Amino acid sequence: MPETLQNENRPSPEALLAEARKEKRGKLKIFLGAAPGVGKTYEMLLAARKKKKDGVDVCVGVVETHGRKETEALIEGLEILPRQAVEYKGRVLQEMDIDAILKRRPQLVLVDELAHTNAEGSRHPKRYQDVEELLNAGIHVYSTLNIQHLESLNDVVARITRVRIRETVPDSIFDTADDVEVIDLTPDELIQRLREGKVYAEQQAQRALDHYFKPGNLTALRELALRRTAERVDDQMRQYMRTHAISGPWAAAERVLVCVNESVAAAGLVRAAKRAADRLDADWFAVYFETPRTLHLSAAQHERVAQTMFLAKQLGAETVTLPGGRHIAEDVLRFAHDNNITQIVVGKSARPWWFEWLHGSVVHDLVKHATGINVHVLTDELGDKVKDSARKTDAEEQDDGSARTAPAPGWLHADPKAYIYTVVAVAIATLFGRAVVSMVDLPNVSLVFLAAVLWSAARYGLGPSLFASVLSTLCYNFFFIEPIYTFTVADPSQLLALAFFCLAAGLTSTLTVRERQFAETAREQARTTAELFGFARKLSGVRKLDTLLATTAGQVATMLKAEVSLLTPDLNSGALKQMAAVPVDAKLEAADLAAAAWCWDHAQPTGRGTDTLPGSRRLFLPLRTGQGKVGVIGVSRPAKNFLLNPAERRLLDALGDLAAIAIERIRLAKDVDQARMLAETEKLRSALLTSISHDLRTPLALIIGSLSSLKSYGALYDEKTREEMLSTGIDEAERLNRYVANLLDMTQLDAGALKPKREPCDLHDLVGAALRRCAKQLAQHKVKLSIPASLPMLMLDDVLMEQVLANLLDNASKYTPAGSTIEIVAAQYKFSLLISVRDEGPGIPEGDLQRVFDKFFRAREGGDRGRGGTGLGLAICRGFVEAMGGRIYARNRNDPQAATKGAEFVIEFSPEVIAERPRTEVA
Amino acid sequence: MSLDAGRILVVDDEPAIRRLLRSTLGVQDYVVLEAASVAQALEVLEREKVDLIILDLGLPDGDGFEVINKLRPDSQVPIVVLSSRDDERGKVQALDAGADDYVTKPFGVEELVARIRAALRHRVQAQGGKPVFQCEGLAVDLVHRRITLNGAEVKLSPKEYDILQQLVIHAGKVLTHRHLLREVWGSENDDDVAYLRVYIRQLRGKLEADPAQPTLILTEPGVGYRLRVS
Repeated sequence: MPETLQNENRPSPEALLAEARKEKRGKLKIFLGAAPGVGKTYEMLLAARKKKKDGVDVCVGVVETHGRKETEALIEGLEILPRQAVEYKGRVLQEMDIDAILKRRPQLVLVDELAHTNAEGSRHPKRYQDVEELLNAGIHVYSTLNIQHLESLNDVVARITRVRIRETVPDSIFDTADDVEVIDLTPDELIQRLREGKVYAEQQAQRALDHYFKPGNLTALRELALRRTAERVDDQMRQYMRTHAISGPWAAAERVLVCVNESVAAAGLVRAAKRAADRLDADWFAVYFETPRTLHLSAAQHERVAQTMFLAKQLGAETVTLPGGRHIAEDVLRFAHDNNITQIVVGKSARPWWFEWLHGSVVHDLVKHATGINVHVLTDELGDKVKDSARKTDAEEQDDGSARTAPAPGWLHADPKAYIYTVVAVAIATLFGRAVVSMVDLPNVSLVFLAAVLWSAARYGLGPSLFASVLSTLCYNFFFIEPIYTFTVADPSQLLALAFFCLAAGLTSTLTVRERQFAETAREQARTTAELFGFARKLSGVRKLDTLLATTAGQVATMLKAEVSLLTPDLNSGALKQMAAVPVDAKLEAADLAAAAWCWDHAQPTGRGTDTLPGSRRLFLPLRTGQGKVGVIGVSRPAKNFLLNPAERRLLDALGDLAAIAIERIRLAKDVDQARMLAETEKLRSALLTSISHDLRTPLALIIGSLSSLKSYGALYDEKTREEMLSTGIDEAERLNRYVANLLDMTQLDAGALKPKREPCDLHDLVGAALRRCAKQLAQHKVKLSIPASLPMLMLDDVLMEQVLANLLDNASKYTPAGSTIEIVAAQYKFSLLISVRDEGPGIPEGDLQRVFDKFFRAREGGDRGRGGTGLGLAICRGFVEAMGGRIYARNRNDPQAATKGAEFVIEFSPEVIAERPRTEVA
Repeated sequence: MSLDAGRILVVDDEPAIRRLLRSTLGVQDYVVLEAASVAQALEVLEREKVDLIILDLGLPDGDGFEVINKLRPDSQVPIVVLSSRDDERGKVQALDAGADDYVTKPFGVEELVARIRAALRHRVQAQGGKPVFQCEGLAVDLVHRRITLNGAEVKLSPKEYDILQQLVIHAGKVLTHRHLLREVWGSENDDDVAYLRVYIRQLRGKLEADPAQPTLILTEPGVGYRLRVS
């Protein structure tokens, strides 16, 4: 982070955050040695024993004694956790059992040899990753490390000792360790120990003395160890000062950029950049530019780029992959300026001088145009040696059938047909030239050949076009330049023309080919973009999660040519489940499931090509949005060692992001639906509360009010007032009773406990009973009945039907003015039987015709709110009528003849309710 | 009470309630005016002289709050809310809006009449009544800041006195938590109610015969406190 003036005296938030994160973590102490045999394990065990004596719960996770007696003696008395047997290629390896440690949960665990590589099939490929997990679990760890295993020193050590160490530990582990103790032994003492057989068995010791343990080597390694530790201490002090806001002589804000390419040397560059960044206390970036050339890299080269970028990330770089144009140097500088880069690290080009002379050198351009930026050009000593072997591996991989299907590298490669067509084109050019040579000047004929070269370049690429250039030159010479039909050239000026023609043809073809490559890349990108766009559009139309997941899996499978699994957590159990896959019947193995679960839990890429569980056949990426994680996507290819190249990874990320957003959209939509439903329920609840508080309390208020009034002031009232108060009390008690009855009916309906009887009953009777019941409410109204005397008996529940009619009458009385007429009409039709209650009130607003039957719905038109009743009457009517197999609806009367307005409630039954033998009529 | 005990406007949409109140208050020598809606109430208030309003909150054409908001702060006519809303928020809202008291439906008429009397008396006091408040053995002289309980002087801390002063000024009326907090602490933070509770407990300890069963400073749960008037 660049320190600016104003936050120098304030603790930097990043520093504090890192500190806070550290507090929950276990502490890591590293016993560092310059070489094997200095006594790291011994010292570690001594320290552990001391801790144990202090009452700390100490366990041995893994300690290698190498048969050294003193060491074995120290280990006695410490609890040793059993190791885990891992079978690998027929051999059984004893590996540290990380799960056993996590389960045992000691306060402190000893883990020897931090740089150890775990057997394939273990959870993490490297032991330091196991240690990370232990630290994250809050367990303190003691570990040992030799300086040559430190990643950034890898090249340096290799240069000193001529031995390349394969097992490395990222510097970040070393730098973030809470404690590092250097076990220092002078080279002489160490050699003495070796001689005494304290380190290796005798024979082995002699060999070691001759090679690795030369005094010069040991001195250099010792210096490295001490210096690196000193750097760390320095770093710690700076960190401390920063955390505690002590201002100090900070290094200027430096930012280092390293340019990565597909060469073997790139890894060395990255390590060098890391060292430079460390020295400068700077942030650093590793950048890879994808150019048209990238398309033609071999699978091995693609993978090497991926691995180099991965290494950079591991070492703490910010890794960026950018599209590059023709002038890489310009792109690099643009990036550098945009990101305030102060130092650029590039490798010295391995290309021959003439290539650079022709194409320009990136390094040269960089140095020339970089103003205010230091450019470090590193030679690659070791790289040269390995280059040959790398070239070999490249070739091997190409023979291997597992190579990617992308166009193979090598500009000579092309379809043989391309060459044949090229020959044909040149032949046509020759014939055409012969035909026109008499009409035009000779130099103009060369243009005809140029056309053939151009055509070949545009169509078939570099190989055929260069071939065309050569062929054209020969033909031009043979058929057109005097003496004709020989390859000799008589006129020196003609020789010059021929040379120029040859040059022009070559240049033209390379230029055209490059244009063609750019066009290809652009097309490729356009296609990808179009596909992504199409995918996004497809997703936006999807409403169901299943479809969405299947669409996503299909799309990823087609675009990456891979097998795809999509996992989302099960709604109930929360466990990850495969919800969609291509092919559909893809089965996830236990290792895959473990990787998917890890990916989900830690929201990190997991599986093939990552740090964690690389033994899985698939690469799993978390699907995340700004709000959180929604699932996991896994991809694999049939090839045994597939790795996604940066472009594919980016594509997968893009697809994943789109899918994640779509999944979240669907989830949110669901949530909104749920919220809306909840709100509806809430509305109903509050309506119920209002209803109860208003409608239950009003009659109660009147009952209690009249009774208490009578009790307190009864003597003061005249006879009439007393009478009035008493009847108020009784009326209101009845009203309350009706209300309670309604509530009970509703409860019954809601509980589904209502079982209507079916008995023949006479509608005249039912209407009569309902009218009697509502006599009081209807006292101010006229009632008119039009029920045909011939109406047959109906198979209905008389109690329910009476209640329905009473509720309708009560409702009509409430909403119509006094003195108006309420009419009850019944009519029998061929396919239905209608009973309706009509009033002359204000009617019902059209929009409310349906809603009047909803629970607690009240049309406000009634004016007098107190009269509104429970809001349950019509709901009960609907419930009862439907229970009896009929339906009820409301409409407004619009009878122009009668010129009356008002509401009409219609009950409709099917003719089945008519009793089979209408008794009255048969007789 | 004399013949012109007061003119009371009853605002309620339930005719039976209006009838009941007309009869009950009528025999108490109050003149009863009636309104069934917000519009009618405002119309009556425009036309007639009214000494007190009994106000239902749920009215067909709007909310009783509309009437309160229309009147306050210009008019000091006492308002007693008569509501079936028993949620404390509604009560507090009504009181904070400027209502003097509230009675929940269903109600006993004696209680209602007592509240009406208290509200009317409070109006008289506010217009220059006696500065010494007396109830049971308690006497509070706001002019000389003297408090005696059964003749013996009681020492109060400044905050305790401030609270008691508010209760005395509005004796018989419910004071919401917010009102007390605002007047005594100058704060309207509802979280400070805990302070208030502590001081009320101390006050009761000094003034009440049995602080566990207070008879002077009465709690209105969820709303506030009321000083009883004899």
